[in-house]
Amino acid sequence: MLMAGTSSSEFIPHHLQHLRYDVVAGEWAHATDGIVNFHLINVDTMVMGLLMGLLFFTLFYSAARKATAGVPGKFQAFIEIVVEFIDNRVKEVFHGDRRFLAPLALTIFCWVVLMNAMDLLPIDVPGMVAGAAGAEHFRVLPTADINTTFAMSLTVLVLVLFFAVKAKGLGGFGHELVTAPFGAHPALWIPNFALNVVELLAKPVSLAMRLFGNMYAGELVFMLIALLGFAATGSFASGGVGSGIAFLFGQVAMALAWGGFHIIIILLQGFIFMVLTVVYISMGQEGH
Amino acid sequence: MQINLTLLGQALAFLILIGLSWKFIWPPLLNAIETRQKKIADGLAAADRGQADLEDAKNQALAIVREAHGKAAAVVDQAGRRANEMVEEAKGTANAEGARLIASARSEVATETARVRGELRAEVAKLAIAGASQLLKREIDAKAHAALLDELAQQIVVAR
Repeated sequence: MLMAGTSSSEFIPHHLQHLRYDVVAGEWAHATDGIVNFHLINVDTMVMGLLMGLLFFTLFYSAARKATAGVPGKFQAFIEIVVEFIDNRVKEVFHGDRRFLAPLALTIFCWVVLMNAMDLLPIDVPGMVAGAAGAEHFRVLPTADINTTFAMSLTVLVLVLFFAVKAKGLGGFGHELVTAPFGAHPALWIPNFALNVVELLAKPVSLAMRLFGNMYAGELVFMLIALLGFAATGSFASGGVGSGIAFLFGQVAMALAWGGFHIIIILLQGFIFMVLTVVYISMGQEGH
Repeated sequence: MQINLTLLGQALAFLILIGLSWKFIWPPLLNAIETRQKKIADGLAAADRGQADLEDAKNQALAIVREAHGKAAAVVDQAGRRANEMVEEAKGTANAEGARLIASARSEVATETARVRGELRAEVAKLAIAGASQLLKREIDAKAHAALLDELAQQIVVAR
């Protein structure tokens, strides 16, 4: 948690620190050990991700349980608008049985949007609440954690492979891996395979990096805007009331502007992740 | 930035959410939406059918009214004709009755005339006898001179 008197140079690194637990050692991890370390888990990401997942499930399940074909209430109507919106988007891209793909798209859209929306919480409030509970750090935005975005995009890759194999059979899929796109000549097998691997891997990487980059950058901009508050404090301390008020006004105005703009990004990134997932699975089924 | 156990944790959470959404959320919601869409489509079709039925009924009613108008006109026409006929018939009957009455009156007058003539004749005969007896100062035998007197009376009546 951010204490009074923290300098602006400590503010941003502090806010980019995860609350980590070392599962193997059984203790809170203070140092960031390595680029890959499967002993550690980001507790803040897990807590917020699961909370948003629970929120999604609670909202939609309570609507689904009471859903009637009669006149819907306002809540049910809202949920149905979301469901029908998703169903129509999936219908546009994918021409087949939507019984699994449509709920998958719904889950992606709603979960990502809910997690992204955490970026709109006032930047210091979640840290204060978690700090009161004894946590050293707390990053409230799960989609600004590369683990979340890769977890989703790699799951999507597995689903793409699963549906491709299901549609073409293992032999058909393997055949396509080595013969498309250049041709079936044995000399072309290796280039074909290499290109297909790159194509397959590019999908989860682009999915994950796009969402992560957008949310990480958005979060960072909010932090930079918050730095104006430090400037205001500094001005007031040195007797510059006018410049202090200007900094304060600038912070509020920019936070409002960026917040408004960010609402669009929150929805758009959820939408893009969902549509691209459907497109990838659809492409994988149709083949070259 | 670090790849760690969170990757697996979030992937597991993601898979569980997909499963829940697939099994418990999507089917009932989509079922409700589709059932309602079908209901609305049926309702609209029924409304269209009702509209068409109403149009038919209106046309039918119009045809019935038109037919009734025609029938009523025919009835009025017939009634008029029948009334005329009845008037003509009544006129004929009245004429015939009048003629019959006149004829019977005439015959009655003739009979009466004849009867009165007879009476008058007898009365004149009596008067003649009375006058004659007065003149002759003697009783005339009515019976003996009846024929004579009758002739006299006849002449008197004829002379008048």
